Amino acid sequence: MEKNNRKAWLYLLPAILFLAAFMVYPLIDVFIYSVEEGYNFASQTYFDVGLYNFSYVLHDPYFLQALKNTLLMVIITVPISTGLALLISVGLSSITALRKLYQTIYFLPYVTNTLAVGLVFMVLFQKTAYTDGLVNLLINWFGGESVDFIDGPYWAKMLVLCIYIIWVVLPFKILLLTSALSSVDESYYNAARVDGTSSFRTFYKITLPMISPTIFYLIITGFIGAFKEYSDAVALFGTDLNAAEMNTIVGYVYDMLYGDSGGYPSYASAAAVILFAVVLTITCINLLISRKHTYY
Amino acid sequence: MKVVLEHLTKQFPARGRKSAEVTAVNDLTFEIPDGKLVGLLGPSGCGKSTTLFMICGLQTPTAGKIYFGEDDVTNLPPENRGVGVVFQNYALYPHLTVRENILFPLQNFKGKDKLSKAEMDRRAQEAARLVQIEDLMERKPNELSGGQQQRVAIARAMVKMPRVLLLDEPLSNLDARLRLQTREEIRRIQKQTGITTIFVTHDQDEAMSISDEIVVMKLGVAQQIGRPQEIYDDPVNLFVAKFLGTPPINTFRGRVTGGRLYIGEDAVLTLDGVADQEVSVGIRPEGFVPRQDGPLHCHLSGVEVMGRDVSILSTNPQSDNPTVRAIINTESRVGTASETVRFALKPAKVLLFHRETEERIPFQNGQAL
Repeated sequence: MEKNNRKAWLYLLPAILFLAAFMVYPLIDVFIYSVEEGYNFASQTYFDVGLYNFSYVLHDPYFLQALKNTLLMVIITVPISTGLALLISVGLSSITALRKLYQTIYFLPYVTNTLAVGLVFMVLFQKTAYTDGLVNLLINWFGGESVDFIDGPYWAKMLVLCIYIIWVVLPFKILLLTSALSSVDESYYNAARVDGTSSFRTFYKITLPMISPTIFYLIITGFIGAFKEYSDAVALFGTDLNAAEMNTIVGYVYDMLYGDSGGYPSYASAAAVILFAVVLTITCINLLISRKHTYY
Repeated sequence: MKVVLEHLTKQFPARGRKSAEVTAVNDLTFEIPDGKLVGLLGPSGCGKSTTLFMICGLQTPTAGKIYFGEDDVTNLPPENRGVGVVFQNYALYPHLTVRENILFPLQNFKGKDKLSKAEMDRRAQEAARLVQIEDLMERKPNELSGGQQQRVAIARAMVKMPRVLLLDEPLSNLDARLRLQTREEIRRIQKQTGITTIFVTHDQDEAMSISDEIVVMKLGVAQQIGRPQEIYDDPVNLFVAKFLGTPPINTFRGRVTGGRLYIGEDAVLTLDGVADQEVSVGIRPEGFVPRQDGPLHCHLSGVEVMGRDVSILSTNPQSDNPTVRAIINTESRVGTASETVRFALKPAKVLLFHRETEERIPFQNGQAL
């Protein structure tokens, strides 16, 4: 037994070394940086230890903007994308004709590059000197006024970003949900039919509980993914997200490290720790709720 | 409630260009008397489950009619037929407790059929009492043994007081001991409620032991319908004879010449009413009597003693099976010293079949030689 244990550790060593060097050490380092005031990369010095970095970050209007943006995106995109994915998956599993074709179409965004998708959205939404963009043409058609979705009011930009995020995360969710739906044993539906169960009740009382583990998995990873949102905002609004009022927490961290106003690893670390705390809290709450509502 | 099937046929369309249309059930006609327990018996792929699914309405027949009593239910959806179904894997909802599972069908009632909560609870309790699971009501299905799950499934099927109870392979998911127990249980529940019950099985033992009547099916066609012992003693063809009985019937190539039945060179029986011809001879394992001067010569290959029975294993050049198995009781011990064992035959246990069509050939006045 003892010998086996030693062997097992030996086999695990490569993985442990890698994880320690590239995951655990940086994680600890971030926590350390976050409490070292005025840390300087070049001289490896700092003035003091304390919570000043957190205080600074929490009072930084750019951070507060980023926090607001991130929370808004999370609250809007996670429920809508999960609900929409569920709707589409249920639709997909109830049709037989052209099902493969639709599945492929819905899966396409998953294998498409984020920046390429950003370009397409530009064509759809951006207002330039030459054209108002396809969506504005549509709005004009119905008698509305053109809106600048990329450079215009805050709500318009947030709307485009949310649509973009939902569109990007949808395929993976549909993929998982369709496979979850198809793994529900046919005999449950047969039993429900023999007992005269209405289709709404069948869905609500049988299908939904049966696929609830997948749904909760999607919600939890959806929250985490949305909190870490950054690249999609860049694809739409460019790298100067602060100017566009569209920065996210991860974007703020990046700016603090490498952006034009960067070079502040202490502030970046403090922001990262705050993000970590928020995500951890939300995930714990999610897990508690899901444990109560799934049957295993 | 009497159940009548009239010329029931189910065809499944061909899948792809290479496969042909499949006829799962072909012109099935039989009547199940009120309050009887009937087993649909056949090898896998014989259409017995399809028949069951057509009776409960989950599949629509291509042709033919289904009557419950005088009502034509052929085109009724399953919920309007008043059937209770126990599925092969029980299909208990894993996220609901036993009580919620049993209540589920009752909660579907709408309009004037709607039941009060107290009435629902009373009916659920009653169904639970019937299958003796009252103390398991608050458990989830995955906390129950296979036998208990089976009972819950029966309770769920019975709680809406169906006119007909249908069971699809009710015992196939249980281990051997539970199987014996559960089939008695099914028999008891059926007797106690008097509900017309149809169950599907591929296990002839199961069908024989609890059914009032058996329908033997092969490739979508009903071969024989009757009481278990009747079918065992008097099968209409070789398929039915082979399918019923453990150990299975022994078959030999034989011929009838001048009122005598020959197996190889051995004349084993005299009989009347059969023209001279080549036949297949079926002999039940209990139809052999070991005798010093018995007419049938077999080459002894082994003796198995199992409790009160002794099996004599032997070979015969005319046998269709590699070994001939004869079961005799322990009293008539056979000397195992000699290489050759000789049998006389009990005429009632000898069945003749047409060599090509495998149809039964009846004979009279069979006499052992």
